Amino acid sequence: MKKGKTTGARALIKALESRGVEYIFGYPGGATLPLYDELAKSSIKHILARHEQGAAHMADGYARASGKVGVCMATSGPGATNLVTGIATAFMDSSPIIAITGQVPRAMIGNDAFQEVDTTGITIPITKHNYLVKRASELPATIEEAFYLASTGRKGPVLIDIPSDVQKEEFHLQEVKRKPLEGYKPTITGHPGQIRRAIQQIKASKRPLILAGGGIFHADATDELIELAESGNFPIVYTLMGKASIPNSHRLCFGMIGYHGRVEANTAISEADTIVAIGVRFSNRSTGKLQNFATQASIIHIDIDPAEIGKNVPATLPIVGDAKHILAELTKQLKKSNIDGSKHEEWILHLASVRKKHPLRGRMEGVNTPNIIRKLKEVAGDIILVTDVGKHQMFAAHYFPVDTPRSFLTSGGLGTMGFSVPAAIGAKVARPDKKVAVIAGDGSFFMTSQQIASAVQYNIPVLILIMNDYCLGMIHQLQDVLYGKRYNACDLERIVDYAKLAESMGAVGIRVTEEKDIESAISKGLESERPVVIDFILEEKENAYPMVVGDTLLDILE
Amino acid sequence: MKHTISVYCDDTPGVLTRISGLFSRRGFNIESMSVGHTEIPGKSRFTIVVKGDDNVLEQVRKQLQKLIHVIRAWDIKPQLSVEREHALLKLKVEEDKRGELLQIITAVQARIIDSTEDIWILEVTGNSSMVDNAFNLFKNYNILESIRTGKIALERGSVLNAR
Repeated sequence: MKKGKTTGARALIKALESRGVEYIFGYPGGATLPLYDELAKSSIKHILARHEQGAAHMADGYARASGKVGVCMATSGPGATNLVTGIATAFMDSSPIIAITGQVPRAMIGNDAFQEVDTTGITIPITKHNYLVKRASELPATIEEAFYLASTGRKGPVLIDIPSDVQKEEFHLQEVKRKPLEGYKPTITGHPGQIRRAIQQIKASKRPLILAGGGIFHADATDELIELAESGNFPIVYTLMGKASIPNSHRLCFGMIGYHGRVEANTAISEADTIVAIGVRFSNRSTGKLQNFATQASIIHIDIDPAEIGKNVPATLPIVGDAKHILAELTKQLKKSNIDGSKHEEWILHLASVRKKHPLRGRMEGVNTPNIIRKLKEVAGDIILVTDVGKHQMFAAHYFPVDTPRSFLTSGGLGTMGFSVPAAIGAKVARPDKKVAVIAGDGSFFMTSQQIASAVQYNIPVLILIMNDYCLGMIHQLQDVLYGKRYNACDLERIVDYAKLAESMGAVGIRVTEEKDIESAISKGLESERPVVIDFILEEKENAYPMVVGDTLLDILE
Repeated sequence: MKHTISVYCDDTPGVLTRISGLFSRRGFNIESMSVGHTEIPGKSRFTIVVKGDDNVLEQVRKQLQKLIHVIRAWDIKPQLSVEREHALLKLKVEEDKRGELLQIITAVQARIIDSTEDIWILEVTGNSSMVDNAFNLFKNYNILESIRTGKIALERGSVLNAR
């Protein structure tokens, strides 16, 4: 190579290094070999996944646990399509990841070449933005722009598709500067007039309520949220994605709303006269039937994405901007206006009495999911809990109180089975200082269980707890409650020994069938320096309640 | 209810796919869409007519605005703007209808832009209802084929929403 020249692949890796990228989760292929050749010379560590979906979830888990941008990489064609589920998962939960894919050489694009697929076409609906890079000289600016887009405004995945000949192409550095993006200017500070009107409305309210969503952790606004709640003595409820936005044991915290919400939380939503909704998108799992949602409340909707305002639920007062800034401003002005929080005490006591009348009724004895989750909390304390999707996810939402932000990772929007194991690997890579545990069902665990081999290869000690009822639990529950117990296609049968499966991959495998062994198995798992899988053979197929069965959030089975 | 949306955007590969894909993905119905370059190099402008109530319109506009290459998307009010649509009609002209046709052509301000043997191509320009009207009048004759552009629209006076 001539002096002063570089290649696309080298420029890409250098750009990632200069952005501070430490890890890439990936799986190589023919169309990414030039990148891998450069990656080998780099300080960036590569974690070899065992399927590209896992690589995307790892990058996602890394991003959710740390707040930094996660990077995953896959080859063209099937490599890229295997990423799709992971990218869509990150998109629905606004998680900032960069996906880099190889593409067939430029001259072959459109010829249906070997391992060719229209990656940018496929991923338009599931990325915040994507690029097909046609010239190597565009790569440095593209990487910079991609990181900027992924990590600002409403965060989300950005994909960069790079033909293999572009990776090899030589060019003079310092050629291209990034053009300013005329069409992208996220609003950060809330409109002062709207904030002033919000203060008036909140002060006039008799039964105010804060609804916290996933936007709180993306904005790192937990402290500001707690301050706001305490400044005016406002009760807080949360969506599944907002669970870790406040210590769940906080006096003002009244649990999760929605389809599987707590009665006191759904009561709060239904009886509040003003709801301050922050970083929520009012998904159908949270609202139930829209016409019956929060019928008594006027809604102050705070979100960084203006398109979320009024999308599902009309807002009486929208404030577009960054939650951290807006919450701090609201608190400041509320304090200045001498709000009397004690007048909400009756409202809070009312919600507390509803909570007392409607305790959780899960099985707190035996080898049963609620009991196992409770014991995990007792033994493990403040850890990062990663859930999969299904019945165990709802149990985890109710029975595992969290204390700190970014400590409850779950696929809330897309509901991706198979999320937990790879996301936990990514989370542990991001946060080696914290213990990371997984709660999964036997169905969801088996979707991506091969990723344990990656955890073993790179010594990433995650603890995986399988709630094994030999069954697709949520399907079983829905067929039980809504389809007259006509169970179909939910029986996984007693085929796989998950402890042995774990052992076969070099992890520790433990099978627990008796209650007395639950705590010791968990302790052993937490102390291990290797990944551990504990296969809990559940005593019963226990349904996850509460569960809304009617037209309002209060038509609820307990 | 129909709404006209104007979209000012970067003229980059795939921007048409991003915009049109957004409509089908979010369940919005496009009545018509037309696009072309503007006087500024590298910038395009779409005029899109959508069906739906005001909420739909607002959601469409915000979703368009979220696309990275969309610089601005806004609603064009019919009373404050001018609009044009263009159509070509290919007619087989029977000898005894020639006179009538020429009268209609004059009445709707159409032009004959080609005549090959006994087949004419007519050009019609006007707002949507003028073009509709012309089609209505010509439909009693032997239309071999026809084609319409979507609507394009500009606000009157000093309103410059693209800047």
